[in-house]
Amino acid sequence: MSDATATPLAAPRGGNRPSALRRALGHPSTMIGLCIVVFFSLVAIFAPWLAPYDPNVSDWLSIRQAPSALHWFGTDDLGRDVLSRVIFGARASLAAGLIAVTIAIALGLPLGLIAGYFGGVLDMVISRFTDALLAVPFLVLAIALAAFLGPSLENAMIAIGVSAMPIFIRLTRGQVLSIKNEDYVTAVRALGVRDRSIIASHILPNILAPVVVQATITMAVAVLAEASLAFLGLGQRPPAPSWGSMLDIARQFLTEAPWMAVWPGLAIIAIVLGFNLLGDGLNDTLNPHGEGD
Amino acid sequence: MLSFILRRLLVAVPTLFLVSILVFGLLKLLPGDPALALAGQEPSPEIVEAIRVKYGLDQPVPVQYVRWLGGIVQGDFGTSIRTRLPIGETILQRLPVTMQLAFQAMLIALLIGIPAGVFAAIKRGTPVDWMVSTIGLGGLSIPSFWLGIMLILLFAVSLGWLPSGGYVGFFQSPIDNLRYTLMPSLVLGTAAAAIVMRHTRSSMIAVLRQDYVRTARAKGLKERIVVTRHALRNGLIPVVTTSTLHLGELLSGAVLTEQVFGIPGFGKMIVDGVFSRDYAVVQAVVLVSAAIFILLSLIADIAYVILSPRLRS
Repeated sequence: MSDATATPLAAPRGGNRPSALRRALGHPSTMIGLCIVVFFSLVAIFAPWLAPYDPNVSDWLSIRQAPSALHWFGTDDLGRDVLSRVIFGARASLAAGLIAVTIAIALGLPLGLIAGYFGGVLDMVISRFTDALLAVPFLVLAIALAAFLGPSLENAMIAIGVSAMPIFIRLTRGQVLSIKNEDYVTAVRALGVRDRSIIASHILPNILAPVVVQATITMAVAVLAEASLAFLGLGQRPPAPSWGSMLDIARQFLTEAPWMAVWPGLAIIAIVLGFNLLGDGLNDTLNPHGEGD
Repeated sequence: MLSFILRRLLVAVPTLFLVSILVFGLLKLLPGDPALALAGQEPSPEIVEAIRVKYGLDQPVPVQYVRWLGGIVQGDFGTSIRTRLPIGETILQRLPVTMQLAFQAMLIALLIGIPAGVFAAIKRGTPVDWMVSTIGLGGLSIPSFWLGIMLILLFAVSLGWLPSGGYVGFFQSPIDNLRYTLMPSLVLGTAAAAIVMRHTRSSMIAVLRQDYVRTARAKGLKERIVVTRHALRNGLIPVVTTSTLHLGELLSGAVLTEQVFGIPGFGKMIVDGVFSRDYAVVQAVVLVSAAIFILLSLIADIAYVILSPRLRS
């Protein structure tokens, strides 16, 4: 998994945030990525109104029908409308991405803050633990955790979130180390402000930019990982639609119904590309040193 | 150099030790009794107890951990409950299959990624750069298992040029081996090519800004010579190290690719282990994956020091 290289915004709180946001939105990658992500979010929210059919209802007279005016994306092995299942599948993918990233940040950010700010034994323990987790390939760790927790969408989200956590610990720690000895932090510390207040008011706001960039990139990774786990039978349980599990079933009917495999895959590519473009654009704008690299 | 390698080893060993604790801890957190799982269907309590004693499961957890780790240090990963074969032997049989796929994939990735990255860096800021970079992002966004399915659909189902799945060993038939591993390598190589391309591009952009490149241009050298003889030599140093590290990531990708193409490799072992609730296999695969990753990072660090003249001195 790649990690964000953005450095914290130079000025403390509130400094150039509006212009950074404007710059970010002016970047073509950010705009295209944002449009794709917003599109899929709207599809997921309004799925019941957008889907032409119930995604779980079988029509035994329409089994494995090719795309037509009645079924734009064709039907699957149980006669279910593929378009409706792709539309509802957006819910599982986006929910998995969002919740997994939330778990990763909720665990990784505090641990990174503690390790970076306080240093010493705490830093050593957290850093070695992070190194150990980062040594296991991301998907291998996610598969092992999902298997240990049992196959379900919720457990897949936890497994992906925990697997993505170490990257946030390392990123946060690095960012804290780079700013904790800045003059403005030293000044408030000299004034006797408590550590908790310094972290909340002076450190956290200045490390948020790279965390946001990393969160966006991790959303792409999490959506791919959820699809992978579902494909392996470790994610969303049938009959609920999920793009990964749809592909797993489609694999068995490649010669008879290739359309079953095409659409869920294209949906995954589009949404992952959306998050990747958004993350890349944000990284370019919020990372003044690496601009475009 | 020797002291550098020793220092890196001193960091690598405790990391691997911590991974072993995490992996062992995971199994212990699991609900259910491993002795019961090993005993098969409807076993008598005596048999379950005998298995518990035989495998030391009646001992305190720290003792079990020390025994388990002691076995692994000697190459004994335990026995698979599904195949009844020693896990260490199975890993030794399957690891070369995945390594072959990973090396072929990396070759494809380097052949595509380096020229594309150099080209994008030279054309930085132009529509060509944006197009190459977006194609690269596209490569990163394609699920490997979907790409595998699409290639099977095209080259196996429609055209009939390549087999849709399976594996033939290289020493059995090199030609067939290539036919069976071409599509999986392409699948694995696609995402890797995108990563190599991105690293090459950013590294080359940084190098092309350097003073010595400006001097080479000022001497009147042709741009092609400046890029290939001067910039590329330094620009590729980080690419070599990140590609070495990425070989470890390819193990992760191989899990899905081997599943799609039915290749009996190291990656498929974890999936088979998961579905047969063969947790000793899962533990072993996770631990060996981590060990390979740590070894590759060590190699990458050493390669970086050797290749980078500034660090070498």
